[in-house]
Amino acid sequence: MTQLALVIDLNVCVGCSACVTSCKEWNTSGSAGPLCDENPYGLNPTGTFFNRVQTFEIGQYPNSETLHFPKSCLHCEDPPCVPVCPTGASYKRKEDGIVLVDYDKCIGCKYCTWACPYGAREFDEQAKVMKKCTLCVDRIYDESMAEADRKPSCVKACPTSARLFGDIHDPESEVSQAIREDGGYALMPEWGTHPANHYLPRRKTKLKIHQDELERADNPLKVDGQQPKPGKGESSMDDVSAW
Amino acid sequence: MKPAFSVIFLTTLIGAAQGLFLALFTHQSYALFGLLPMQSDAFYGYGSVLALLLLVGGLIASFFHLGRPERAWRSATKWRTSWLSREVIVLPAFMGVVFLFGLSHLTGYRPEVVSLPGGLIVDLSTVLGVIGTMLAFALFICTAMIYACLRFLREWHSPLTVINYILMGGASGFVLAAFYSASAAPDQADFFAGWAIIITMLAFAGRWASLVRNARLKPKSTLQTAIGIKHPHIVQRSMGAMGGTFNTREFFHGKSAAFMRAIKPAFLILTFVLPLALLALGILTPGLLALAFIIQYLGLLAERWFFFAQANHPQNLYYQTIG
Repeated sequence: MTQLALVIDLNVCVGCSACVTSCKEWNTSGSAGPLCDENPYGLNPTGTFFNRVQTFEIGQYPNSETLHFPKSCLHCEDPPCVPVCPTGASYKRKEDGIVLVDYDKCIGCKYCTWACPYGAREFDEQAKVMKKCTLCVDRIYDESMAEADRKPSCVKACPTSARLFGDIHDPESEVSQAIREDGGYALMPEWGTHPANHYLPRRKTKLKIHQDELERADNPLKVDGQQPKPGKGESSMDDVSAW
Repeated sequence: MKPAFSVIFLTTLIGAAQGLFLALFTHQSYALFGLLPMQSDAFYGYGSVLALLLLVGGLIASFFHLGRPERAWRSATKWRTSWLSREVIVLPAFMGVVFLFGLSHLTGYRPEVVSLPGGLIVDLSTVLGVIGTMLAFALFICTAMIYACLRFLREWHSPLTVINYILMGGASGFVLAAFYSASAAPDQADFFAGWAIIITMLAFAGRWASLVRNARLKPKSTLQTAIGIKHPHIVQRSMGAMGGTFNTREFFHGKSAAFMRAIKPAFLILTFVLPLALLALGILTPGLLALAFIIQYLGLLAERWFFFAQANHPQNLYYQTIG
């Protein structure tokens, strides 16, 4: 069984929001109609987005770090939003595990948002239906596009390749390897929703040098820094004199 | 959560209607066994009309909750998994039975269905009453389970939610029945007022228990589990929106802590303490029963507001700072 998902590398994300704008651009232009914006140039702009980049400060100044945290629907393997839907408008596709809303069946009761612990769904105040990330289901299977373009819009837009896309049930896929080898984790594991999307943690690359790596095994005097020091004017030889 | 007035009116109005129907049929059952004098058909019939009016009011209120009310019929399809869908089926079914129960009394069409040994005659209205009673309880369970089934809204995820919906709906229905009978069948008012006192006291205990339980809850989700970073000091600097979003509008009640502190004793007094006092006095002065129902209904509106506002959704962890 296939479970398509995003893996987001927090170590690489710089918080540029290119994924946010690219997502909005693609998904507001599709056949499902626009993602509404209200008051876009006013004091309190608001609108429907599938993807947002949030920013957190970890620690206290001066020992603090900024974390940029892209957040969209996690396409849970056991999505709590689906069984509560009274109309069946919310559903999880068997063939690829994408959680979708049928905008023509949704009655706008918002019960699914109550059942989602992640706040991943946003109500469209003009269409009066619930909307959410589709994992660009209208891109990834579109054979009129070049194969390299058949990825979610956010993935294509990311300038640092912080977003990986693939099947997390295929152990050889890029996303499965990233989760396995780089410590991929799920959000709020305590609710047993088994989110398909995973995050790769912030990690620091540290260079560890042992003492024996500083000393040369082939040092003829066996003591570093004790080579003969010929006078500055005299001729010297590499590996034999101190300079 | 942000309390939606459509849902507050829906749950309180149909709760009172269910309670009223249960009260009427309880009386009819007592009378069937000769424990109370059987009242006229008009008493049960017009009582059912009153219950039906409340149910229609609740149903109308519920439509204001929908973004696309014209598609509401679709919501009956997923009854296998969704308590909301089950409620959508049980509510009209209950309304239908209340209508038929009232009709059976008002037209006097009560053919004998079965005659029990000992000369007890079970007529059509009794059969409808039994079906209606089962549907009334089913509707209480469906309504409450809509909230109680959401496991991460921990203030709601408790059997007390179901118990309290039954008890509070029952209490307001019996208080209304006491008021109704004070004008329609004054000699029966004590029966309804007595039960109203008992159920209101039970509801008081149940609601108090849920307040105690909720005060002790510790959140399971934290900012640490929400973003998966182990650090004791994490502060959100931006939620990724320059203004509010659906997530800030739907899940925060937007009232001050002082307001929340004030509304709790207010609804306890209005829903339980004052009606209990008025019911006790009302046994002597029936006029107070009307006041008891109105005050308790206002209290229930406040109670339901608090019920929604108190539920702290884990998604709020992601939406703390606009910027």
